[in-house]
Amino acid sequence: MRLQKATLFGLYSILELARDPERQLSATDIAGIYGISANHLAKVLRDLGRAGLVVSVRGAGGGYRFSGNARRTTLLDVINIFEDIGATGNAGGNAGPPGEGEDTDIGTALLKVQGEIDDIARATFGSITVATLLRTMQWYGSGSSPAG
Amino acid sequence: MPDTAANPSETITIRAAGEDDCERVTALDALITGLRKESYWRQTFERYIGRDGRHVLIAESAGDAAGEGGFAGFIIGEVRAWEFGSQPCGWIVAIGVVPEQRVHRIGERLFNAMCEKLEADGVETVRTMIARADHLNMSFFRAQGMMAGPFIELEKPVAWKFENEE
Repeated sequence: MRLQKATLFGLYSILELARDPERQLSATDIAGIYGISANHLAKVLRDLGRAGLVVSVRGAGGGYRFSGNARRTTLLDVINIFEDIGATGNAGGNAGPPGEGEDTDIGTALLKVQGEIDDIARATFGSITVATLLRTMQWYGSGSSPAG
Repeated sequence: MPDTAANPSETITIRAAGEDDCERVTALDALITGLRKESYWRQTFERYIGRDGRHVLIAESAGDAAGEGGFAGFIIGEVRAWEFGSQPCGWIVAIGVVPEQRVHRIGERLFNAMCEKLEADGVETVRTMIARADHLNMSFFRAQGMMAGPFIELEKPVAWKFENEE
C-alpha cells in the first residue's frame, strides 16, 4: 500500500516538528527539508492545525510548532486526518454498498485478501506513536537527518 | 545481582523468579485477562524455573514501611531454535505489569533485563507474537524497538474442508 501525498506530507510535518516541540518551522522550511511543494504543504499544515496537532505562531520567526502529545498520538491518528486506510471495501469491516464486482464470489474473496492487508496496516500504524518512531528510527536504516 | 534503578516514585528490583512467585503471576494474569489459569501457570513455572535458556523475571518495588516489597510485574522468555527453520532466537512468551504501577517504565526494565539474559544465552534477535487487536502490548513492544519480522502467522479453522476433492 502507498499513502496519499497529503498523508505523507502530514506525517513528515508532524514528525519533523515533534523532533523538537520548542522549534518553529514554516511550511517553506519543512518543504525545503523534504524537497516537496510548499503550497501543498501549507494546506496540509492547516489541516493538522484544525486537528490540534500543530499551532501556528505569527510574526517574525513564526511558523508551526507541534502541539500534540507525542506519546499518545499514533501514526494512524495522523493518517486518519487525510485518508481512511482500508476503506476500499467491506472486508475490513466497513459498512456500505459493494463496489463494482465486489458482490461476486471472486470479488468477495479478493476483498477478504485486501482486508487482511488493511488490518495489518491499521494495526501497525496504530501501534507506533510519534514518540516511538522518533525514538526507534535510529534502527530503521540509513537516511539523512536534515533537522539542525 | 539484582538490577535496581530509581524511578519517580520508588525503586524497582528485577530478580529471577522462584516457585513462590507462581501465585502472584497467576493472580496478575487473571486480573489482566479476566481468566484464572491455575494449572497453565503452574506447569509454565515447572518448565521454566531453573532451566537453561529459559527465564522468568520478577519486578519488585522497594519495601514499604512494613518492610515488604511489592510484586510489580513479570516477564517470561526463552531461547527457541530451528522452529520453522529459524536460527536460534529469543522469545518473549509473556509479560505483565500491575496496572497501578504502569507508566513507570517497569515493563521496559523487565524487557531490557530479559534481552540481557537472552543475549547472554547467545541469541542476536528477540521475537514475540501479539494479537493485532492488543493495542496496549503492541504499542509497548513497538516502543522497545520491535518491528515486523520475517515470519507471518497463518491459521484456519480445522473444520474448513475443500469441496469435491478426495
